Amino acid sequence: MKELWELFIVFFRIGAFTFGGGYAMLPIIQKEIVDDKKWATNEEVIDYYAIGQCTPGIIAVNTATFIGYKNKGILGAIFATVGMVFPSLVIIIAIANFFMHFQDNPIVQHAFAGVRLAVVALVVNAVVRMWKTSVKDIVGIIIFGLTFLIIAFTKISPVIVIILSAVLGIVLNLKKATER
Amino acid sequence: MIYLKLLLEFFKIGLFAVGGGLATIPFLQELIDKYGWVTPQELVNMIAISESTPGPIGINMATYVGFETAGILGSIVATVGLVTPSVIIIVIIAHYFMRFAEQPIVQAGFYGLRPAVTGLIGAAGFEVAKVSLFKLQKYMATKKILDLLDIKSLILFGILMYATNKFKWHPIIFLIAAGVIGIIFKFG
Repeated sequence: MKELWELFIVFFRIGAFTFGGGYAMLPIIQKEIVDDKKWATNEEVIDYYAIGQCTPGIIAVNTATFIGYKNKGILGAIFATVGMVFPSLVIIIAIANFFMHFQDNPIVQHAFAGVRLAVVALVVNAVVRMWKTSVKDIVGIIIFGLTFLIIAFTKISPVIVIILSAVLGIVLNLKKATER
Repeated sequence: MIYLKLLLEFFKIGLFAVGGGLATIPFLQELIDKYGWVTPQELVNMIAISESTPGPIGINMATYVGFETAGILGSIVATVGLVTPSVIIIVIIAHYFMRFAEQPIVQAGFYGLRPAVTGLIGAAGFEVAKVSLFKLQKYMATKKILDLLDIKSLILFGILMYATNKFKWHPIIFLIAAGVIGIIFKFG
C-alpha cells in the first residue's frame, strides 16, 4: 500500500508541474523516477515514450501507466495514472469556475513567460541526457537529425517517423547480425 | 444521459487519438459539430488555457469540456473516459513488453527508436523555444533582426541553462523561480 501511495504522490507532483504536455515532463521524470526512486532506467523511460507515442492516448498518461504497471502491476498503473491526472482536474475546474479570464491576467502572463524559459532549459538538458543513452553511432546521429528536422519543420505525423525509425533499426541491425 | 455520452465520446477519443494531447483537437472539433457542447471560440480559449496550465494538454481539454458541459461530475467522467483506453492498452503492452524486451528484434527496433524519440523531444523543446525566446510577431511587423531577439528572455534563459547544469536541484524549483522572476521583471 505504501508503494502504491508513493506512485500516486510522485505522479501527482509530475502532473502538477508539467507545463506544455508530455514532453515537458521528461526532466521531472528523469529526476524523480530515474535518479531518486530508481523505478526505471533512462533507457526504459525513452522506450516508454516511444511506445506511448505510437499507441493511442495521451503520452503522459501512457508513460505513467507503464511505470506504474512495471512496479506494482495493474493497481500500480491505476494509482500512477490517477495521480498524474488529479492535479489537472482540480486546476482546470478551479479555473473554469473562478477565473474565466485567467490567461488575460497580466501577472499570469508574466509568470508563464518566465516559466516557459525554464521549460526550454530543462528540456534541453533532458535531451542532452537522452542523447548520451540513445545515440550510439552515426546511424543514431542521422536518425536524430532527420527526426528533429521533420518534426520541427514539416507537418508529417510523429507516428510515421517513429514507425520508420523502428523499421530502420531492425533492418540495419539484422543486416549487421547476418554479416557476422 | 449526458454523463454516459461524455464517457463514451471521450473513450473514443482516447482510443483513436494517436500522438498525444494536441492530437485530440480534431476529435474535439468533431464533437462540437455533433453536439454543440461548447462553441468554437470557447474551444480556442480552452486550448490556450490547457497549454498554459500544468498537466497533460489532452487531460486538461477533457476536464474543461466535461466541466462546461455537465459540471464537476462531467469533468471527471470525460477524463476517466479519455484515460481508460490508454490504461488498458498500455497494461497489455507492458505485460508483453517485459517478456519480449530482451528479444533481438525488439532490441533492434529500439536501437532505431531511441534516437528518434530524442529528436522528437528536441523538436518539442524547439517549439517552446520559438515562442519564448524569439518575438516572431514583432519581427514580422518591423523586419528588424534586433526585434527578433528578446534580450531579457535570452539573459534569463542563459542564467537558467547555467543554473540547471550547475545545481542538480529539483526541476520544480527552477520552474517556480522562473515564474517569480517573470512576474517581478514583467516578462512576456
